[in-house]
Amino acid sequence: MKKMIEQREIEVNEEGYLLDFSQWDKEIGEKLAEEQNIILTDKHWEVIEYLQDKHRKEEALSIRGIKKSGVINIKEFYSLFPGGPLKKSTLIAGIPKPKSCI
Amino acid sequence: MSETKVRKMLFILSKATIENAYAAFVMANGARMEGIESEIFFTFFGLEAIQKKKLEHLHVATVGNPAMHMPTMLGALPGVEALATKMMKKEMEKLDMPPVGEFLEILSDSGCKLWGCKLAIDMFHLEREDLIDELDGILTIGDFYNRADKEGTHLLFI
Repeated sequence: MKKMIEQREIEVNEEGYLLDFSQWDKEIGEKLAEEQNIILTDKHWEVIEYLQDKHRKEEALSIRGIKKSGVINIKEFYSLFPGGPLKKSTLIAGIPKPKSCI
Repeated sequence: MSETKVRKMLFILSKATIENAYAAFVMANGARMEGIESEIFFTFFGLEAIQKKKLEHLHVATVGNPAMHMPTMLGALPGVEALATKMMKKEMEKLDMPPVGEFLEILSDSGCKLWGCKLAIDMFHLEREDLIDELDGILTIGDFYNRADKEGTHLLFI
């Protein structure tokens, strides 16, 4: 599926996740966050960078991983990305939705 | 994104085998991860999962569990249950499944409410300090039903 963000055509899947991470930049991230009613703060960006770093290293994401990340604790993570933190944060970060059940 | 109609999941955990405790934990955590509220009510043997001294010693059931594909007599031999438990824990660690204590911390931090059943706690003569610090309180079953306070609430007995 194609989606227009900031006058640019971005490839996304049916859930709105970017299909090609190279199309992502901070502006796109901000727009995606806006659609989720989230205004990004420095802490959000820190988390997004952590998620993208894990993605580049092809390491699986999980809530347990967040706990051990040293970047953010679980309570903060839930308050920064309300209503499903891992699925929302990965969507904004332009990386695939994690497939893990935990 | 498709919108689920499930808004809140209430679990009653009545058993202390690893497979049952983890079923409740994975479903409760999975709900939170999807933005669904979740709560667990620990009753009867399920209380073992929130007793500080017992929670890291839960076992998988080797007797009376046909899915173990093991003759009942064999499952009852000393050490067999411990071995099966060790094997299962090893497999779970590979999948990055947290141990019971850590899982309860994750659940609590994720906003999943954890409740003890008053009747069962009285029956087993347990004190508040025997139970994990993360416990949100001790409720009667009536109190727990009152937690089902919105449309789209589901209640599951494990």
